[in-house]
Amino acid sequence: MSLSARSIALHMSLIAILFILCFTLSDYHQGNLARILVLATYAIGYNVLFGYTGLLSLGHAMFFAAGLYGLGLPMHLAGLAPLPAFVIGVLCAALLSALVALLALRTIGVAFMIVTLMFAQCVFLSILYFGTWTRGDEGFVIPQAARQIMGLDLTDPTTRYLAALLLFSTALLITARIMQQRFGHVLIAVRENEERTQMLGYDVFRHKFLAVVISGSISGAAGAAYGLLFGYVGATFASVQYSIFPLLWVLLGGAGTTIGPLVGAVFMFYLIDYSSGFTNAYMLIAGVALVLLVLFARSGIMGEIRKRWVPWLP
Amino acid sequence: MEFGPHLLLATLEGAVGAAVLALTALGLSLVFGVMRVVNVAHGEFYMLGAVVAWFVASTLGSAPATGFVAALLIAPVCAAVVAMAADRLVLKRLHYDPEATIVATIGILYIMQQTALMGFGPEARPVAPPFNTRIALPWVEWGENGLALFYPWGLSTTSYKLFVIAAAAAILIGFALFLSRSRFGLIMRATQLDRETALAFGIPVERVYSLVFGLGAALAAFAAVLIVPIQQAHYLMGADPLLLSFIVVIIGGLGSLRGTVVAALLIGMSDGIISVFFSPTLAKILATLLVALVLVFRPQGLYGKKRA
Repeated sequence: MSLSARSIALHMSLIAILFILCFTLSDYHQGNLARILVLATYAIGYNVLFGYTGLLSLGHAMFFAAGLYGLGLPMHLAGLAPLPAFVIGVLCAALLSALVALLALRTIGVAFMIVTLMFAQCVFLSILYFGTWTRGDEGFVIPQAARQIMGLDLTDPTTRYLAALLLFSTALLITARIMQQRFGHVLIAVRENEERTQMLGYDVFRHKFLAVVISGSISGAAGAAYGLLFGYVGATFASVQYSIFPLLWVLLGGAGTTIGPLVGAVFMFYLIDYSSGFTNAYMLIAGVALVLLVLFARSGIMGEIRKRWVPWLP
Repeated sequence: MEFGPHLLLATLEGAVGAAVLALTALGLSLVFGVMRVVNVAHGEFYMLGAVVAWFVASTLGSAPATGFVAALLIAPVCAAVVAMAADRLVLKRLHYDPEATIVATIGILYIMQQTALMGFGPEARPVAPPFNTRIALPWVEWGENGLALFYPWGLSTTSYKLFVIAAAAAILIGFALFLSRSRFGLIMRATQLDRETALAFGIPVERVYSLVFGLGAALAAFAAVLIVPIQQAHYLMGADPLLLSFIVVIIGGLGSLRGTVVAALLIGMSDGIISVFFSPTLAKILATLLVALVLVFRPQGLYGKKRA
C-alpha cells in the first residue's frame, strides 16, 4: 500500500470504530466520548499550529470562545437558528485568528507565547466585562427547543454523538489532507528550519498566517459545536486553563500526528474524570502530566509509537 | 469625599500595590535576566509565601508581631527551597530551553496551586498585622481665613501600609547594593552578560542558576508576606501578581532591573488609581492589551535597549 492509501485506511477505520462505539457504549461513556470528540477537534486545530508549524500558542481558548460565543450570543439574544449561528461562530474565530496572526506573528518564540496568552486574557476579561450580555462567569444555557437542526434533536444522546463524530471526522480528514499536500509540507519545513524555508523562496509569513487561521477556525468550530451540542456557554471556556488543555492533549497524544490529539484527549479526559471523583484538586494531574511529558516524552504517545514501531504513521 | 482627597487616598493605595509589585516583578525579572527562563509559576511562589505566612502565624498564635516576623523570615526560605528543588529536578534537565521551560513551569504552577488547594483548602484566610494604627491624613482647603488644614472623613491610612512601602523600598535598595557591590552580585551580572565566558572563568553557572531561581521565588514570597495582612491568603491569589509582574517586566524591558522598578511604580500606581475611579476589569483589559502591543511593536520594552 502507498503511504497515502495507508493513512486513508487508518483514518477511515478509526472513524468506523468510533461509529460502532456509538451503539455499543453505555450511556455514560457515550456522553463522555461525544464530549471528547468535540474537544479532540479543538486539539486537532491546536495541532495544526503547534504540531505541524511549530508555533506554541498559549491563547487558543480565545478561538474556542470566539466560536462558542459567536454561536451562543446570536442564539441567546436574537433567537437565531443553529446552522447560521454555527457559521457565524466559525467566522468569528476565523476573523479573530486573522487579527491575532497579523499582530502576534511579528514575534517569535517566547514572545509569541506571551503575546497569545495576553490576547486570550483580554478576550476572557472582555467576556466578564460585558457581563450584561454574556452573563460572565455564570454563563447561559441554550435551551433544548433551540438546539434543533432540520428536525434532528441535538439534545438526543445518539444524535449528539453522531454530530460530534461528523465534526471530528471532517476536521481529521481535512487536516490529514492538508498535511499531505505541498502547503502542509511547507508548514513542516517552517517548523524544522524557518530560515532555510525562507531562503528556498517560500513566503514563510503567508504560510504561518494561514496556519494560524486554519488552526483558529477549527478551534472555533469546536467551540461553536460545544455550545450547540452541550447547550452551555460560559466564561470558563475562555480562561487560561482552556488554552493549556489543548497543549496538554496534543503533547500527550503526540504533536504532529493526525490521531494524537484524539488519543491525548481520551487519556486526559478519563484521567481527570477519574481523579475528580475523589479530589477537587484534579488539575494536579494536568500539572504533573505536563512536567513529566516535557521532561521524558516530548513526542507523546503516537510520536513514540511512530518512532519505535510504525514509521509510516501519519 | 471630594476629588482631591479621593485621589490622595487612591495614590496611597496604589503605592502599597506598587511596592509589593516591585518586589514580585523584581524576582521575575531577575530569573528572566540571568537564566532566560520565563517563570510562569512565579505567582505560585507568591501564593506559597502567603500560605506559609498563615501557617506560621497561626502556629505561633500568641502575639501577631512574633508570628509576622517569623513569617517574614521563614516564608521566603521555604519558597526558595521549593524553587531550587524545582530547578534541580526539572529546569536543569531541560537545559533551560526557553519554550520547554515555559511548558514545565505551567505544570509546576498547577502542581503548587492544587497542592495548596489540598493542604490549605479553598477558603481565604487572614493574617493579623503586627501593628495597625489608623492615621488620619490632613487636607488643605481655602476657607474663610485663607488656607486651612482639616481632616476629611474617610481620608486615612494605617501605620502598617506605610510600613509595607518602607520595607519594600528598603529591600529594593538593599538588593541594588547587593547586585552592584557584593561578590555574588558580580557573579550574577557576569552570568547574565555572557554565560559562556562566565563558565570559562570558572563560575559554577548551574549553581548560580539554582540560587537565582531561589532568590526570585524568595522575593515573591517576601512580597506576599508583606501584603497578606491587607489581603488574605488564598490558593488562587497568584494569578493577578503574575499578570501584573509580566506587564511590569515587559514594559520595563526584559531583564533590565532599573526598568523593572520604574515600571512597577508606574503600573502599580496607575493600577491602584484607575481601579478606584474606573472598573478594575476594564483597567486590566486595557493594560494587558497595551502590553501585548508593546511586545509586538517594541520587544525591547519602553526602557530597554535593543539587543544586538
